[in-house]
Amino acid sequence: MSPFTEARMHLAVELPAAGRHPAAAAWAGLDAARLLTPAHHESLVRTAGHRGLDLVFIPDTFVADVPVLEAVAVAARVAPVVPGIGLVPTATITHTEPFHISKSIATLDIVSGGRAGWEPTVSRTPAEAALFGRKPAAPPDVLWHEAADAVEVVVRLWDSWEDDAVIRDTATGRYVDRDKLHYIDFVGEFFSVKGPSITPRPPQGHPLVAVRADEDEALPVAARWADVVRIAAPDLDAARDARERVRAAVADGGRDPDDVTVLLDVEVHLAADAHRARAELAELDTHAGAPLEPSSVRLLGTASELADLLGAVVRVGAADGVTFVPLVLPTDLNALAEQAVPLLAGRGLFRTGRSGSLRSRFGLSRPANHFAAHSTAPTTPGARS
Amino acid sequence: VSTRKKQIHLGAHFPGVNNTTVWSDPQAGSQTDFSSFVHFAQNAERGLMDFVFLAEGLRLREHRGLIHDLDVVGRPDTFTVLNALAAVTSHIGLAGTINTTFNEPYELAKQWASLDHLSGGRAAWNMVTTSDAFTGENFRRGGFLERSQRYERAAEVVAVTRALWNSYGEPVEHHGPQFDVSGRFPLPPGPQGHPVLIQAGDSAEGRDFAAATADAIFTLHGTLEAGQAFYADVKGRLARHGRSEQDLKVLPGVTFVLGDTDAAAQELAAHIRRQQVSPQTAIAFLEQIWGRELSSYDPDGPLPDVDPDVDNVSISRGRVRHVKDPRVVAQEWRDFSAARGGLSIREVVIEKTGRQSFIGSPRTVAAEMDLFVQGNACDGFILVPHLTPGGLDRFVSDVVPELQDLGSYRTAYPGPTLRDHLGLRHPHAVPLTPSTRQESA
Repeated sequence: MSPFTEARMHLAVELPAAGRHPAAAAWAGLDAARLLTPAHHESLVRTAGHRGLDLVFIPDTFVADVPVLEAVAVAARVAPVVPGIGLVPTATITHTEPFHISKSIATLDIVSGGRAGWEPTVSRTPAEAALFGRKPAAPPDVLWHEAADAVEVVVRLWDSWEDDAVIRDTATGRYVDRDKLHYIDFVGEFFSVKGPSITPRPPQGHPLVAVRADEDEALPVAARWADVVRIAAPDLDAARDARERVRAAVADGGRDPDDVTVLLDVEVHLAADAHRARAELAELDTHAGAPLEPSSVRLLGTASELADLLGAVVRVGAADGVTFVPLVLPTDLNALAEQAVPLLAGRGLFRTGRSGSLRSRFGLSRPANHFAAHSTAPTTPGARS
Repeated sequence: VSTRKKQIHLGAHFPGVNNTTVWSDPQAGSQTDFSSFVHFAQNAERGLMDFVFLAEGLRLREHRGLIHDLDVVGRPDTFTVLNALAAVTSHIGLAGTINTTFNEPYELAKQWASLDHLSGGRAAWNMVTTSDAFTGENFRRGGFLERSQRYERAAEVVAVTRALWNSYGEPVEHHGPQFDVSGRFPLPPGPQGHPVLIQAGDSAEGRDFAAATADAIFTLHGTLEAGQAFYADVKGRLARHGRSEQDLKVLPGVTFVLGDTDAAAQELAAHIRRQQVSPQTAIAFLEQIWGRELSSYDPDGPLPDVDPDVDNVSISRGRVRHVKDPRVVAQEWRDFSAARGGLSIREVVIEKTGRQSFIGSPRTVAAEMDLFVQGNACDGFILVPHLTPGGLDRFVSDVVPELQDLGSYRTAYPGPTLRDHLGLRHPHAVPLTPSTRQESA
């Protein structure tokens, strides 16, 4: 059965502070200090959530030309006051501690009531390595091999507490059932982590894991761990090929490809007409001093043209949904929310009114616990009964 | 009311993972749900407190080689909870414990600066150092750090993070014994310049580190005289570092029990001590001192005749260890029991471990607290309630007005940032200067 007949297209949006274009803030006349305020980020996510988008990706990096707040912090700051929408911050793993990332994403899940996700990514450059001074930059195969270990540790730590570990049994004086807390005892080439986590299992069990699989070295990590796979492609045919490659890798790894949602990046800058949109991009490029090469399919034009493009995404099987990558915030997001999303809903391409946990928006059940499933420990008689 | 009276600062410690926190009480709520943190922080803010405080330990405690199961176990991530609390509060400071051994300075600088921006200048970092290989098993770094290097590393962490916070627009170049950090920091200073730095630890090294570096010191509470001696000692160290007495607040951690009358409060305090020291907890405490498995002993019976096993120092891991000779402690406990007519194991543990700091009617407690502050034993307190999430409720509704009547406590927040609440200067953000650079060792 083709999933495309069900109009189950998923919509996400990537929300850096000012938009993908490096000159966005300057061109839009946005005060740089405003980009660091909680009100700015709250407003962006609220706009996205109001129209029922499934999630926001909050990018992060250790090296940037513009001010970048830590993405998990932004997601946590927004979570209690913006309902509904999924919150998927980037947390890089190359120079950071999997133990910390595991508990921070688990806690994002707690403070958002089960709407957390995580986009793990790698730090490639010597400049990033120099900020930490612990090890040199590494090639992609090494980085993604390490990333695979890091994701495994993060997920195992989420499982290191069984859901019913806290018992508060006054008769025996025990707060937890220690048989339901597990050492993960991970030993790898890059690091070892004992466990258990200091944070109980998050509400979703496993917050949604999103992995960008544009480079071959990342594909095994996506195939094994991702619930959502992000792809970029120059056109829809290339996207369809990339999606098929992802699904084949998922199947080879023994998982059901239908459990994995492939989202295609679509850069957008919306205007009254395509000519105007192109002219504005030229202005932006002039501001930046260099043209911004497209990172993926790019739509410069009207909301209606964007809806046509998304119709074609569905028709050719290019992806299971898209990640809008606005070139200029908040204007492109506002246009998406006010014009494009209602059009898509009207054409039956986007199902509004999804709710519940972020996993449930993607048709995913709450996962079994790795350690509970593997547990063979007998129940101790007496005090335990 | 004189406006010149010394003002009391209050922090609110979210109940943590030791036996002070009573999880068995019918009123005890979730230690994990965000709603518990919201209740606690919003109530502290209603009480105009300077900050809420979250502790953190990075490995679950163990006892006799097993995860210690008698106290609260587990908690959410400090940074993530504090950022979320910033959304549902408007003034109160957001303080958390973050370890300087198992985090890297660049990442810490970015995380603290992010919280400071996202909270409008309300972040406070309680720096803890550890030399604990046990905890290190959870981290890339692994763990071991010579005890003597703990403060060396902590001082360098602070030097690097401050250099990064001050560096916006300029590259940082730091080469020291612990860290090599070079590059650009992506954030300008937040609304209070730098996050507030809190140092926890009473050792001579800790006092020096606080005097050189910290904005507040989180210390132990004792008698008025002991507090006055500590206060004078710590404040006396500041001048050597070119700082004034206003630049470092002394804040002991304290517990409290409130009743309609002093007698009612004493009765409640005894009840809470029995909750805090369950029969099983009494035996676990005993095992920590004795270094032996003592599960066959009756908690309501006498102390063991057998002496402590002094070689077995690691029976309890992941918490601060007793430093006294256990044989001396054991004999003290036996003498104490005998002098009180033969107290049981549980009764001895109840009496010898952690009696509440302030017990009485709201008026009594307010007056005693004021005595400590006006007597220069401290600048205020970090309150450690025994119940989650409502442990502060009565303090806010009943003690805060008494403190205000005494003229010792604010009736409104003085400004938007935590530095405003604590009466601290906002550090002037300056570019990295040559004097803050360190050459390679």
